[in-house]
Amino acid sequence: MTMRGPQQLLESEDNWKTSMGAWFPGERVVYRGKDLFTELKDQRWMGLLLYGITGRLFNEKQVTLFESLWAISTSFPDPRLWNNRIAALAGTARSTRTLGIAAAIAVSEAKIYGHRANVGAIDFFLRTKRKLDDGKSLDAVVGQELKKYRWIPGYGRPITAIDERIPPIMELANTLGFADGPFVQLAFEVERFLQNGRWRMNMNITGLAAALSADQGLKTYEYHCLATPCFIAGIVPCIIDSAEKPEGTFLPLSCNRITYEGKAHRNWNRTGRNQ
Amino acid sequence: MTGNRQEVIYSRIWEEEPEPDNPYAAARCVCHGYDVFGDMLGKTSWTEYLFLLFAGERPTSQQSKILEGMAVALANPGPRDHSVRAAMNGGVGGSQNAACLMAALAVGAGGLGGGHEVAVAMENWAACGDAMSKWKERLLDPPLDERADTWMPMEHAPGFDPHGASCTTPVQQTLTYLAQCSPGYALLWLDEHRRALEQIAGSPLAMTGVAAAAFTDLGLEPGQGEMLFLLLRLPGAAVHALEQREYGWRKYPFFSDSLHLENDPGPVKASKKSA
Repeated sequence: MTMRGPQQLLESEDNWKTSMGAWFPGERVVYRGKDLFTELKDQRWMGLLLYGITGRLFNEKQVTLFESLWAISTSFPDPRLWNNRIAALAGTARSTRTLGIAAAIAVSEAKIYGHRANVGAIDFFLRTKRKLDDGKSLDAVVGQELKKYRWIPGYGRPITAIDERIPPIMELANTLGFADGPFVQLAFEVERFLQNGRWRMNMNITGLAAALSADQGLKTYEYHCLATPCFIAGIVPCIIDSAEKPEGTFLPLSCNRITYEGKAHRNWNRTGRNQ
Repeated sequence: MTGNRQEVIYSRIWEEEPEPDNPYAAARCVCHGYDVFGDMLGKTSWTEYLFLLFAGERPTSQQSKILEGMAVALANPGPRDHSVRAAMNGGVGGSQNAACLMAALAVGAGGLGGGHEVAVAMENWAACGDAMSKWKERLLDPPLDERADTWMPMEHAPGFDPHGASCTTPVQQTLTYLAQCSPGYALLWLDEHRRALEQIAGSPLAMTGVAAAAFTDLGLEPGQGEMLFLLLRLPGAAVHALEQREYGWRKYPFFSDSLHLENDPGPVKASKKSA
């Protein structure tokens, strides 16, 4: 096989073609083909974010849905939650607010609660829907998924089995007219399957949010981009709180809180042999 | 605290004994059984300690040489490298130093020349070992997970440079040096079969491929190799960020004429109806 070589790099040096946008210094900003200061000036921030991610303009109800999903389901200002705790630690250690918040957002790409679960959930619904459209049964598709991966993102929950966010989000979805979309229906069908089987798992908010988003036409990578800042309203109060209190006092751990389970004590000598 | 039981951190790596006058200050820190400040300090090198931290045992002289050599080879990818450029963007704009390193880690984490590529290449070593037939099968037909994750799918053979014309001199020099130090099979086998693998991959060996072989010979898991790779490249990111901060943004590329907008609507009058 011949090497491709650096041809693509040679063609790309000082040559970045884009339709995403540009800043015309002192003049204007083009945002995905539209003038930001005139054509997009009335967009809500969430609407602009959705447009930036997808290139599609969403209506008021859709923008409200996504905004409310963030407000209700991912804005818990509890510093015990793993990502929030990073912001609290940054505050107590007197790091900067931006560093603490950015680190907490980066860590939110987590599997047991964050964006790896979000991506997994919407991907599961999109794949499952395709298989059902091809004529497979729900039992077969979900059963196969469980057999193969032992896990379905969007179902089950660490700490507690019940997700208190489902009722208010469904109430919101009902109000906005998004409660009966095909992916929301699928999400509840999967929950019924899992509740009745030996798995005994309930749907969590990750599952419902992914289904609602899929019903609005979001692709997996679009949902990943959209979800990335979603925890920020819960993160910020945690760093404010710990930064206002005496330094170092956020849930300190004394030495005896480390339970050592490693090798027995030994000596390090210069010859390299363990003693 | 849950009930009367104090929650603890379990560790096989680290043990602390408190100072008699302060339960939050460690008098003795033990790493994998060795007293770090009372015994190791002054007797061990940084590289030996690094190996101990990751592997749980002190290294042999051959293992030390490999890690030392890899650390030198990776310490500075140079100011054209994606991760270092990220750090320099932080530096030149006057961002916090930690943000520069966070930027280097984020950009240098990926599937092209980054930590993720090293981890995937190490998985290939675990799956193929020194069996050329397995390498051929895996490089030409890599395993694909039907499920989406937050990583973008690999677009080239992991450990190889998709834009390379031939194996670069530094990569060859690093491989040749490390192969003669190695107690394991991977570096030696890679050195011997590099050209054949490059033919299969359709691209030359990259530094990520050498690092994956070196970490495999050190007995590390893919996650450990990924972490070490990220860690060992930070010195270059740090010094180049500091250097560009000193030079200032006027002497740093802005790519003023390099961006070509494909859908510029042109100046839009303020009276035009907003979207």
